[in-house]
Amino acid sequence: MAARAMWKAVIQCGQSEVPVKLYSAIEDRNIHFRVLSRKDKQPVHGAMVNPETGKIVPHAETRRAYVADNGDRAILDASELTALEPEPSRNIDIVAFLPNELIDHHWYDRPYYLGPDGNGAAYFAFTEAIESSALQGLARWVMRGKAYMGALRLHQGYPLLMSLKLSDEVVAVENLEAPGGAVLNPKELDMARQLIGMLAAELDLSAFQDAYRDRVLNLVKAKAEGGPRLKLVKGSPKKPSDDLERALHASLKSARKSA
Amino acid sequence: MAEDTTEENEIIKPFWSGVVTFGLVSVPVSLFPATRGTTLRLRMVDAEGSFLQRRFFGTDDSKPLDAEDLVRGYEFEKDRFVTVEDDELDALDPEKSREIDLKQFVELDALSPLYFERAYFLVPNGSTTKAYRLLAETLTREERAGIATFVMRGKEYLCAIIAERGILSAQTLRFADEVRSPEAIGLPGRVKGDVAAVARFAKAIKALKVKTLDHAELEDQRSARIVKLAEKKLRAGTDVVLASPDATEVEESSTNVVDLMEVLKERLQGKLRARRAPAGNARKPATAAVDELKSKSKAELYEMAQSMDVRGRSAMSKAKLIEALAGQGH
Repeated sequence: MAARAMWKAVIQCGQSEVPVKLYSAIEDRNIHFRVLSRKDKQPVHGAMVNPETGKIVPHAETRRAYVADNGDRAILDASELTALEPEPSRNIDIVAFLPNELIDHHWYDRPYYLGPDGNGAAYFAFTEAIESSALQGLARWVMRGKAYMGALRLHQGYPLLMSLKLSDEVVAVENLEAPGGAVLNPKELDMARQLIGMLAAELDLSAFQDAYRDRVLNLVKAKAEGGPRLKLVKGSPKKPSDDLERALHASLKSARKSA
Repeated sequence: MAEDTTEENEIIKPFWSGVVTFGLVSVPVSLFPATRGTTLRLRMVDAEGSFLQRRFFGTDDSKPLDAEDLVRGYEFEKDRFVTVEDDELDALDPEKSREIDLKQFVELDALSPLYFERAYFLVPNGSTTKAYRLLAETLTREERAGIATFVMRGKEYLCAIIAERGILSAQTLRFADEVRSPEAIGLPGRVKGDVAAVARFAKAIKALKVKTLDHAELEDQRSARIVKLAEKKLRAGTDVVLASPDATEVEESSTNVVDLMEVLKERLQGKLRARRAPAGNARKPATAAVDELKSKSKAELYEMAQSMDVRGRSAMSKAKLIEALAGQGH
């Protein structure tokens, strides 16, 4: 089943162009709930209310306010905000090529595959050139009124465009301080290393299934059929390990037994 | 224009609290998001500049509904719903609702970029950070990530527990069936590129090659443009509503917006966020509390200041100590 392209664009790389189609590399498989009113079990609708008067303010009459530190507000209307939006364009501009390790998971937002638009001559040549460079492209584009930055690299031999978060959106771990405390006991560290070594595995994400999704669907199905309310099971929360050394010791023993 | 306005005051609460376990060792933690919205916060207002709040309304009612009047619903047939309560969702898998059980540890670089979804910081809960630090240190040394699934807010998440600079984070990962392969998309089979065209692209790539990532490229230019326009209006006094002299409103608009970073910094050091003092000079300490403080000796006051970690206490006069302690809600 071929997926539908969500956008058509032209990669601008130096003096060359590559016509491409953009495809989402991910699928939404979440269960979507609605917000209902308890009274009639019907969906609610949201509206903006002035808390002073209690009156609903229709969307067309709302404005946006920028609030300065002293509390003064500058009112912005929709046309002013629209005027500040980026110019629409079909281009994906490559601004730089850089080593792959310079952009890591902290920045990843959404992945898109790029497929050829047209005969693919430029597309496959471009793909091959990226492959032999072992670099990633830093790309900039405007899609549906929004400006994006992205990393362009290959995934399973095909160009993948990963949109990136903005620097303001990422809380850098460099700005935080790790929890402190007494120096860790070398014996405990060694046991923890052994334990993690025994639980070491090759990554196989297909071994993990979202079983919970099915349980939720079964629950709503049972409720829709008017079945009895499920008995709620409540387990007791695990007690934190007070004696770390003993917990590690017991863990190693049971891991050895099951190995 | 995306919905990037906040209508209500933000209070940063953990997304999830529970334990991370490996073997029989358990580490009590809370999860806080490692990402936040852009720093620009536009508020919804009416034409006169009064702040608005988003409220929910039922079909027949003109009265806004409160949080307890709302319930989650699933549409099982068109326009037919069943309600689902939080405790029912938790009961579907009580263990995974409060436990991230790390059953396997994989090499860090085995995780493909396609799988990463969101990031959360783990902050230690409970009386000791020893187990937290032990896990962080071991993951760092072994260059491994722990993999597990857990349930948070009605959804099961696959996650990788990673350590960086002594801090644990949970990177939620997409399940295998949420990620598409090039074949599933229907991309055509690779064909050999024309040699001259490949050489032309190789040359272009070389010309664009840089050695570092310029973080200025990732700056939020849209927000910067909006701030520039708003500041211009504030200077010129056009479309400006001056701060209301009513102090409570100012307080609401500024002090309750707590920076995520601040919360993380405190929680990582095992502190619960203290109630913030009201904005600026807003509130006079309650007289009764002040009277009670006045009755104490300076030594007693100093001892209280010490236990409450009042900064600069050693240089304070009795009056200053009273002022500082009263400001702490004493």
